[in-house]
Amino acid sequence: MTRIRPTFRRLVALTAAAGMLVLAGCSAPTTPDSPAGGATLVVATSDEPDALNPVLNFGVDGAALIFDGLVARDSDNRLVPGLATALPVLSAEGRTVTAKLRDGVQFHDGTALTAQDVVFTYQAVLDPKVDSTLRSDLDMVESVTAPDATTVVFRLRYPYAPFLQRLTLGIVPSKLLSGQDINTTGFNRKPIGTGPYKVESWTPGDRLVLTANERYFGGRPANNRVVVAFVADDNVRAQRMRAGEFDAAELPPKLASGFDSDNTYRVQRVPTADYRGVMLPMGNPVLADPAVRRALNLAVDRAAMVSGILGGAGEPAFGPVPPTSEFADPSTVGTPTADATAASALLDAAGWRPGSGGVRAKDGRPARFTLMYPATDTLRKDLALAVTADAKKIGIEVTPAGLTWDAIDPRMKSDALLMGYGTPYDPDFVSYKLFSSQFAGQGYFNPGSYRSEVTDRALQEGRDQIDPALRKAAYTQFQKQLAADVPWLFLTYLRHTYVLKSSVQGAAPRVEAHEHGVANSIWWNINTWTRS
Amino acid sequence: MTRSGRLAGAGAVVRRRLLVAVPVLAATSVGMFALGAASPVDPAKQYAGAAAFTASEENLAQIRANWGVDDPLPVQYLRWIGNLVQGDLGWSTSRHEPVAAVLSDRAGWTLLLIGVTLALVLVGSLLLGALAAYRRGGLFDRGLRAAAYAVESMPVFWLGLAAIAVFALALGWFPAGGLTDVTATSTSWADVAHHLILPVGVLAVSQAPWFVLFVRDAVAESMRDDHVLAARARGLPGRTILFGHALRTALLPFLTLVGTHLPELVGGAVLVETVFSLPGLGAVTVAAALGSDFPLLAAITLVTTAVVLAANLTTDLAYAAADPRVRLDG
Repeated sequence: MTRIRPTFRRLVALTAAAGMLVLAGCSAPTTPDSPAGGATLVVATSDEPDALNPVLNFGVDGAALIFDGLVARDSDNRLVPGLATALPVLSAEGRTVTAKLRDGVQFHDGTALTAQDVVFTYQAVLDPKVDSTLRSDLDMVESVTAPDATTVVFRLRYPYAPFLQRLTLGIVPSKLLSGQDINTTGFNRKPIGTGPYKVESWTPGDRLVLTANERYFGGRPANNRVVVAFVADDNVRAQRMRAGEFDAAELPPKLASGFDSDNTYRVQRVPTADYRGVMLPMGNPVLADPAVRRALNLAVDRAAMVSGILGGAGEPAFGPVPPTSEFADPSTVGTPTADATAASALLDAAGWRPGSGGVRAKDGRPARFTLMYPATDTLRKDLALAVTADAKKIGIEVTPAGLTWDAIDPRMKSDALLMGYGTPYDPDFVSYKLFSSQFAGQGYFNPGSYRSEVTDRALQEGRDQIDPALRKAAYTQFQKQLAADVPWLFLTYLRHTYVLKSSVQGAAPRVEAHEHGVANSIWWNINTWTRS
Repeated sequence: MTRSGRLAGAGAVVRRRLLVAVPVLAATSVGMFALGAASPVDPAKQYAGAAAFTASEENLAQIRANWGVDDPLPVQYLRWIGNLVQGDLGWSTSRHEPVAAVLSDRAGWTLLLIGVTLALVLVGSLLLGALAAYRRGGLFDRGLRAAAYAVESMPVFWLGLAAIAVFALALGWFPAGGLTDVTATSTSWADVAHHLILPVGVLAVSQAPWFVLFVRDAVAESMRDDHVLAARARGLPGRTILFGHALRTALLPFLTLVGTHLPELVGGAVLVETVFSLPGLGAVTVAAALGSDFPLLAAITLVTTAVVLAANLTTDLAYAAADPRVRLDG
């Protein structure tokens, strides 16, 4: 027994020594920060693109860092010239757009940008062989031609007033891509654009490394490199932000507010056009009654949802046109708190009488319906539960059901659904398909089969008329009609929350769309950011 | 009997196992495709993401036609097998790149994580388990067992976040995640090693209790065996008794345990990859499953099946090497 002791001790000592060695070997010094101006900026997002190609939906609304469109947007989301010398003009009948290209713009590989590249980009989107969902947004394009090397002409099938908003799509080089299969080309991994940054490397699942484009036509970026780290898990992203790895990161409101008290960080709550609401299907016998829909609209407590569920990072929503839009109609804005008395009075007047178990009924039909939400989305779940609780107070029984999309899809005609989307750029973009009767019951376009001649006419006017004043009038009427018909229960607009290091300067938040990731996040103008 | 004599039938065993492996792999791949046919998820909608809300049904149908995912199942399967024979693993619809590229980009990191962890767990649990068994009931034994039971009850995910909070945020010894320093200009091995210490440590610690407790019990048992008592009676040194006699007997069931425990290690690796944002197979596997990306799922399943079959074969060969009573050519 005594003979083992030295061995035992030696073993323990050896193990400990090995451990120390490993630790010592690992505490390698971290790379020191480069001097100001030449800094590397690191941003983190959960949303990794599957291809870095505008034709395959990468950064189609501009701010794509690697690419430029014919037009771009400033910090107020107003259109400004991009690769075009001046803002292109839509012809009076709304079916022709002519764009003149800037002189001397070069792709990252040094080749000159020509009108042929623009033609190629748009034709690639329209090619049925290419796996691009953007085709649905550009179905008004009849032809794209290049009469000379610096002129591009778009011909449209029908008048489309907001067409210039579609010209933010990044332009790809035709020389590199023509004759190739766009779906599988290596370009999608290591693209060449005209944008402020060149792609140095992309490690899928890890990070995208961008370097400054010295020849950028808008001026050389104020920093040398930008790293976009892809961190899918929210908690992990928050912890790595806390560890000082990132200069900016997108975080959910509740995790972001943990940085509020620390003055080495700055929390930005950016307004969006991204709304959440309940789609009320006309095929449901209870919801088909406008009185029930209007009563629900009065009964939901939007203020409580914003403060309780969103942690203050949002605004009450009363329609699909965000309050920040120039087309917003302030007269359709209701009260953010619930008015159960008025809601109950509406139901009483319509013949929905209090019945057994506190549930109202009319002609023997109890006031109950199912409210579906995608099960993995906790925000939509919380909102669905809040709607359920508010409806109960006025005698309407809601059964919330968390489902997968494939289970939701076949039931959208008869069961309510918590949906969400929205872009700030033009009211036509989403609303035209969501509320026109011609799209009734077509998948996610108007799934509840809402039909209103007034709405149809207003949406068509907004698309046909070039005159901004006429468009504004049309969308005002559209919003009033929605407020009267209540085909949706609009609940809240979200704010996208970001945490930035206080030492980072240059961030200019602008109203964001539903989609935000590498492109079109708070770092849309990161080429002007510096670190002190 | 010499060592080479013990492995005399190894070649025949390997050949026999390979013959069995072919139908197993074929059955696995057919199963994958049958599951795919039963799945109601539309891969084109998954691919479109949020754009599914603005894309027309005609647009999505074109994309499905481009991928051939609407073809009858046997057609899709035969096409897949045909391409596989030519070395083409197919097209990943969720990552929008060839399956082979997805695997080659990511499998290496997962294998590295699992391999290093397995080696660490094996060496560590044999050492700690044997030492605990030698001084059964002592302070070290009791402490080790308490720690093992405590760790066993902690979810890997929680363990990972806790390790980040302590070692990355509070002490600042290790990075909180990623494969390399986020601003690094190249992938250096020292940098990767520095980043892998926490994930490997967490995965090893989470997997170790099972092995440690098993080795401890098995060695404690064999310390009472006749041949160990005889060795003690002859006055052999403690080290020789513990590692040469007692541990050797306990090693046999342990080898089987490693083989059966491998899938659990892979499962733990998926979670650890998520917590430490490592670009391994874990995250893509989850994305492929959610997005009905059957070419990618089929490839990952095939690779995993092949690894498990290979692990079983290795276990059997190791068994033969460790125990003279086991004969491969029987």
